[in-house]
Amino acid sequence: MTTQDAFSNRRYVIGGIAIGIITIYIIRLLTLQLLSDDYRKSADSNAFRRDILYPSRGLITDRNDSLLVYNEPSYNILVTMNDQIGLDTLAFCETVGITVDDYVARCKQIKEQKGYSRFKPQLFMTQIPKEEFLLFREKLFRFKGFDIEKRTQRRYATNLAAHILGDVGEVSEKDIADAEDGYYKSGDFIGKLGVERSYEKQLRGEKGLRILLRDVHGRIKGHYRNGEFDKAPIPGKNLTLSIDMRLQALAERLLEGKLGAIVAIEPSTGEILCMASGPTYDPRLMTGRERSELHKQLMADPMKPMLNRAIMGMYPPGSTFKITQALIGLQEGIITPETAFPCARGFNYKGMHLGCHGHGSPIPLVPAIGTSCNAYFCWTLNNMLANRKKYHSQDEAMTRWKDFMVSMGYGYRLGVDLPGEKRGMIPNAEYYNKRLKKWGPLSVISISIGQGEVTATPLQICNLAATVANRGYYIVPHVVHSIQNGTLDTIYTTKHYTMAERRWYEVAVAGMRRAVTGGTCHGAAIPGYEVCGKTGTAQNRGHDHSAFMGFAPMEQPRIAVAVYIENGGFGATFGVPIGKLIMEQYLNGQLAPGSEAQAASLQSRHINYRGYER
Amino acid sequence: MRDRLRHENPAFRADWVIIMLYLLLICAGWVSICGASHEIGDTDFFSWGTRSGKQLVWMGCSLGLGLFLLMIDEKYFDLFAEVFYYLMLIVLIITPFIAKDIKGSRSWISLGSVSLQPAEFAKCATALVVAKLVGQYGFMLSDMRNLLKAVGFVLLPLGLIVMQKETGGALVFLSFFLMFYREGMPGAILFTAAAAVVYFVVGIRFSEEIFPGTSAVSGQFMVLLIIWLFVCGLVRVYLPHTPHARRLFWTGLAVNAAAYLTSYFIKSYDVVWVQIVWTVLMAAYLIWHGLGERLRPYYLIAAFGVCSAAFLFSADFALDSLAEHQQGRVRVLLGMEVKEGLDYNVRQSKIAIGSGGLEGKGFMNGTQTKLKYVPEQETDFIFCTVGEEQGFIGSSLVLLLFLALILRLIWLAERQDTAFGRVYGYCVMSILLFHVFINVGMVMGLTPVIGIPLPFFSYGGSSLWGFTLMLFIFLRLDAGCKMRRRL
Repeated sequence: MTTQDAFSNRRYVIGGIAIGIITIYIIRLLTLQLLSDDYRKSADSNAFRRDILYPSRGLITDRNDSLLVYNEPSYNILVTMNDQIGLDTLAFCETVGITVDDYVARCKQIKEQKGYSRFKPQLFMTQIPKEEFLLFREKLFRFKGFDIEKRTQRRYATNLAAHILGDVGEVSEKDIADAEDGYYKSGDFIGKLGVERSYEKQLRGEKGLRILLRDVHGRIKGHYRNGEFDKAPIPGKNLTLSIDMRLQALAERLLEGKLGAIVAIEPSTGEILCMASGPTYDPRLMTGRERSELHKQLMADPMKPMLNRAIMGMYPPGSTFKITQALIGLQEGIITPETAFPCARGFNYKGMHLGCHGHGSPIPLVPAIGTSCNAYFCWTLNNMLANRKKYHSQDEAMTRWKDFMVSMGYGYRLGVDLPGEKRGMIPNAEYYNKRLKKWGPLSVISISIGQGEVTATPLQICNLAATVANRGYYIVPHVVHSIQNGTLDTIYTTKHYTMAERRWYEVAVAGMRRAVTGGTCHGAAIPGYEVCGKTGTAQNRGHDHSAFMGFAPMEQPRIAVAVYIENGGFGATFGVPIGKLIMEQYLNGQLAPGSEAQAASLQSRHINYRGYER
Repeated sequence: MRDRLRHENPAFRADWVIIMLYLLLICAGWVSICGASHEIGDTDFFSWGTRSGKQLVWMGCSLGLGLFLLMIDEKYFDLFAEVFYYLMLIVLIITPFIAKDIKGSRSWISLGSVSLQPAEFAKCATALVVAKLVGQYGFMLSDMRNLLKAVGFVLLPLGLIVMQKETGGALVFLSFFLMFYREGMPGAILFTAAAAVVYFVVGIRFSEEIFPGTSAVSGQFMVLLIIWLFVCGLVRVYLPHTPHARRLFWTGLAVNAAAYLTSYFIKSYDVVWVQIVWTVLMAAYLIWHGLGERLRPYYLIAAFGVCSAAFLFSADFALDSLAEHQQGRVRVLLGMEVKEGLDYNVRQSKIAIGSGGLEGKGFMNGTQTKLKYVPEQETDFIFCTVGEEQGFIGSSLVLLLFLALILRLIWLAERQDTAFGRVYGYCVMSILLFHVFINVGMVMGLTPVIGIPLPFFSYGGSSLWGFTLMLFIFLRLDAGCKMRRRL
């Protein structure tokens, strides 16, 4: 028998206490292990040291494989605040060349950053050049808590093509927030301008990761799970530009002392052969720690050297626009190649007068293009807008006109692979209804000669030249010829046909040929080639802008070019000779001695922009 | 012949449930030690140079010890209880003089390459001697003199171990009060002790906050409410069939509510003063009725109320009387302070356990323990390794094994035919429960950081042998009982 006593029921109390304790503990385990992820994260941040392995950025070469942008090692100084014990601040500051005040300010800045942890290395200084780095490395052991991280820095082989190449800079908070995949971390670099920006994803590659196990003393104990979760960095892809650097060099040389842009396109592919904008700047200065300071200075310059005028400048296209008007007129049956209009030193109709220079009258289309007769194209537009047989209303005619323009690449961004492209301006019926209320063909007649409300970028003008060269289609212009192990976006290989037929383009070609053989741009003739061209002289508030577009040779064209010189006067003054030199350089690979002299003379002709409102 | 052997040999009559649980626990403990003491990629668990290898030897010795204990005659345990006890006391007295200072405590005696901690064995000796005392015929613990005598046997080694600066090991002796409770110690004593802990925790935890709507200190306000409720409860239990409990409850509710609402809506003041007056009034009411009815509970409950209030106002003083680092631990435990270092251990152990998730990271894959983030991970914080590598499933299984062991011990203790056996069984069970309660609570941040090992898990020969000794003596007693009763 068992011992029974008065208190034997207390066994249940004691058993209950034991069950209670264990129950509470199991509930506690539940909350610790299953209901919260914080402990796992803390454990990982304890034990894992995540080293980011940076890929090398892709190289950039021109179409002839000469290297334009490459990488050079540079170094970052990192600081782990918690390990910063017994630092000789003065000695440190001397070594890295900053003042103690800088040091204090930088430390404060670091501590205020989002996601700051005093246990993790923070970026203290970036882009230390090699010489400074060597000095610092010798003394590193004295500066506990500081560390060095090897990165790369962009280097430019020449001072050319700043607007195309662009540059890289430290990511902004906005860049970090905008990246959908959360790729960027503070201190990373990102393409800011040019192809560095538009091909950022291809150029940057993919960062790699190495997870190391770190014990409580910070010692590395090998790879986590033998490197199962490690990832090697994927180097960035190299880019080959379609730019011909010799051509680019000539273009930039010719733009010296002028505001404006030169664009050349290979018509059959849409590849941009050169794209210069004046004034320009030296991309080599935009690297290293001084970038942001220089960037600020350039932005403040009234001549706006940062502006890529080739795609961001919106100019009245002037007489280069007449080609589009001829094509619309022909396609819509408003005119035939044989249609002649009178020109008595201009367009005179219902009291309206729009001047022209002296030439024979009446004049059919091809010579009208050749001499750039204003009256001819005024009549054409007038007859189109006033045609109530073909169009029910003036609005319908205007919309038809606008659709033609859009199909030729005007009024919208072409989609060049550079950031910041502007769309230009092509008015439509709605626009005039709103702005003018009551309007007729005569109130908008100036758009027929590329004046008035119409604006276009030099790239769009060059694209027109390329379209005419192709007899009716264009491929969206682009500066990248190929991506290593990659393909170009299909928009850069697709032909866009305009609304005008090939046979009308043949007429336009004939007109542009006439302009060179016996018209406004006889200065564009290059011995041995059948050059086609069209001048433009765009009126504006100041001195006229000088424009030219052309292509050569007439059959199987290899280059289309557009030149736009702000306040350069007649198209023949700057536009034609510059355009000719660009085409000659590209077609022959060099300039003839006479042309060389012409280039030197153009290079030294600077336009005085003081007094012009910018 | 074989049957006779089975019946006569106590080793075959030992409770197999306990033995299975014991074997499971020490094996799980060994796996945890492997996980805690080895670096990633290590596979050498058996060589003498490693902790897991040594623990394997200690485990072997323990099994030998257990077998030996099952073989010897049970009467020796009864006979030599005092001898063991006084020998143990002598060892405890001389230990601080011959022991080396290890982390401020002088409790380890070196015997060649092996160190022993006598305190681990003192528990067993004390359990034997107390069991013998309480098991005497006609010994009633409800008698205050007997109780004091028994408590004396417990406090003597406790004091000696405190002198070795091994406070954790000393506190374990408080677990004997659970056995005393089973053997008839008035429940009021246990209740008073529990109430004191509640007052202390609540009072200190909220001692730096002002209760909203008043200008009273939160801790005092809340404790005085608790005192009022405790008094009502005690009156209800000890003075049934009287209207006093109801009266005290409703009047108290009215007084407290009126005091609080006045402070909240009219003018903020220190409500505590009203509560103190109310507590005194309750005491006076009880004494007044006590004078009329001549019943002791009236006086005792009145004294409980007043003493509770007094204790509350001396709790701060009590905290101040603790050593600096112990004060810190109390504050950290109560969540009042976050101090580098002091809460580091607990924070890291919580991280380790918490990162285990449902299934754990797997054997030898725990990063926190491998990389030494958790301190003392093979000894006091061994449960972290279980939590991290075996996850919720593994660690709650371990807790359930302990619970099974404890409940089985209660079951076996209750079926003993001698009071000696029963009392001893409860001693073993209480000590185990206390160790599990404090150790597991500590690594999960629920109880103060008191450095005591987790039975069968923590690395070390002394602790393992101490528990084996206690457990197998009880198994031998139980086997004897079974043989006598021809079960």
